[in-house]
Amino acid sequence: MSKVLLDIRNERLSFFTPAGEVKAINDVSFSMNEGDVLGIVGESGSGKSVTAYSIMGLNAEPGRLIGGEIHFNGHRIDQMSERELRKIRGNEVSIIFQDPMTSLNPVYTIGNQIVEVLRLHTHLNRKEQKARAIELLRLVGISEPEKRLKQYPHEFSGGMRQRIMIAIALACEPKLLIADEPTTALDVTIQAQILELMIELKNKIGMSIIMITHDLGIVSTICEKIAVMYAGKIVEYGTVDEIFYETAHEYTKGLLRSIPKLTEKQHEKLVPIDGTPVDMLNPPAGCPFASRCSSCMKICLSQMPEYTHLSDTHYSACWLLQKKELTKGEEEENRG
Amino acid sequence: MSKFILKRLGFAVLTLAIVITMTFFLMYLIPGGPFLSEKAPTQATLDALNAKYGLDQPVYIQFKNYVVKLFEGDFGMSLKQRGRTVNDIISTKFPVSAQVGGLSIIVAVLVGIPIGSYAALHRGKFWDRFFNVLSTTGIAFPSFVMATVLIVLFSVYMKIFPSYGLEAPINYVLPVLSLAVYPMAYISRLMRSSMLDVLGQDYMRTARAKGVSQFRILFKHALRNAVLPVITYLGPLIAYTLTGSFVVEQIFTIPGLGKEFIKSIMNRDYPLVMGTTIFLAAFVILMNFIVDIVYKIVDPRIKLN
Repeated sequence: MSKVLLDIRNERLSFFTPAGEVKAINDVSFSMNEGDVLGIVGESGSGKSVTAYSIMGLNAEPGRLIGGEIHFNGHRIDQMSERELRKIRGNEVSIIFQDPMTSLNPVYTIGNQIVEVLRLHTHLNRKEQKARAIELLRLVGISEPEKRLKQYPHEFSGGMRQRIMIAIALACEPKLLIADEPTTALDVTIQAQILELMIELKNKIGMSIIMITHDLGIVSTICEKIAVMYAGKIVEYGTVDEIFYETAHEYTKGLLRSIPKLTEKQHEKLVPIDGTPVDMLNPPAGCPFASRCSSCMKICLSQMPEYTHLSDTHYSACWLLQKKELTKGEEEENRG
Repeated sequence: MSKFILKRLGFAVLTLAIVITMTFFLMYLIPGGPFLSEKAPTQATLDALNAKYGLDQPVYIQFKNYVVKLFEGDFGMSLKQRGRTVNDIISTKFPVSAQVGGLSIIVAVLVGIPIGSYAALHRGKFWDRFFNVLSTTGIAFPSFVMATVLIVLFSVYMKIFPSYGLEAPINYVLPVLSLAVYPMAYISRLMRSSMLDVLGQDYMRTARAKGVSQFRILFKHALRNAVLPVITYLGPLIAYTLTGSFVVEQIFTIPGLGKEFIKSIMNRDYPLVMGTTIFLAAFVILMNFIVDIVYKIVDPRIKLN
């Protein structure tokens, strides 16, 4: 059994906006072992990015952590000061963002921006920093790294810039790499290249990855486990196989129905999920997905279901599962 | 780079040629002449004076003569200030204006940029609103009103600063201040809005995620991006301010170029009007050129062509 790297317990984070409190993360718990690749899936506003950012203590105003514990690599992230967090960011945990076109500072050379992390977190001298930067560029597949170091972000294509972002993120060999929709802004062939690169580097360096995405295709190719988020909660968690083949939550089923499949008949229509996401300012008392759920029951509207554990690795919060559990228990009783 | 400089040089010469031609002919369209005063001179005196300065010839001949002289670097003699060449007047008056103007720009930049950045970082809070009111007021006040208010406050009532002349460093305070207020207010507003824009950029988040300190994020990553609009504004501002402000020089009795410029127009001192105009135009062109170069250094995305 490998070591636990990240353990989030009952995290709550809210944005205190002028209109009221938005519970962006509402009682989220999950843990990751060293070397795991976890996918966090969900639609826009489901809290997946906010959850990942909070691992680095990167919550911008007016967001505030209001409860729970975040254990990462022996640190208590939720109790650390900004100064302590700075030593971890870019060092033990790194992040790559969605849009590589805007994520690099346009007025500094990429060499400068790579060396900046090395200067912050390592004791390398100037010469060693430069050598390391060249090594990193080579690692992420950029040719002529010596020449490229002196160039500015606008002299690179989108895919190249994302490679540079990865180089910056990996500079200090982090324990955890958070990838916040790293391929959304890239075209499909480049997407595949970047994903391949990430897996290759993961195997080389042995880090863990959290992959935030709404693309279930990406998740199935590189992740081992998946957390499905909806309205600030994890509604289902399991291995890739469990999520895809033993889907438990109605929302996850909806997500899977909305992906086009190569094997189906040509004129098969995709089924979108009806309705709109919940108003996070006034969340419903019960299950947040209830208003869009085709199997909604009375109890769903008034009470949030507990997690039902379907296997060691698979759990989901849905009243239908609770009901099944109950009836299963009753059946067993009847038999006995 | 050298191609860019050559191209700009060509445009500069063309611009100056147009400025010289237009100013020269427009000047002669203004009624009156340099030798008219309350005590009208006799026709004989007038004729003699006109002949002496070549003003009796047709305008196009005068223009030709002027341009030929100009190529030799000679701006001619002043018609009003007897015995002084225009070159001499400009070279003695310009340093005075440049000193006062230069100081006021330094003050405007050193105060405007921090205030604008501070306001952006504390958007919507008390100090942001406070500086907003202050900068709006600063922009609304013309420099002559500002100068008058300052004199009344600090010279007449408090008697702290002298209201005229440039004998001691203390004399500089009020004229520099009255020149600095408008650009200071303007720079702080420019800085605030561009800083707000930069603070929302993705690369600021990247910098934070790298573990960069708040201080370095601000000074390394934000400032260099945010200062670009200010540089654009600074070019022409430096040119106009260094060549002197008529109003402020008049109020504080500063013997500067700005005052000389306006006086020369009133006096129809043709060579002096030409000289100061050409000097100002050349200076503006030069400053714009320098701004372009600085821009390229600060922001590598800019292409010079």
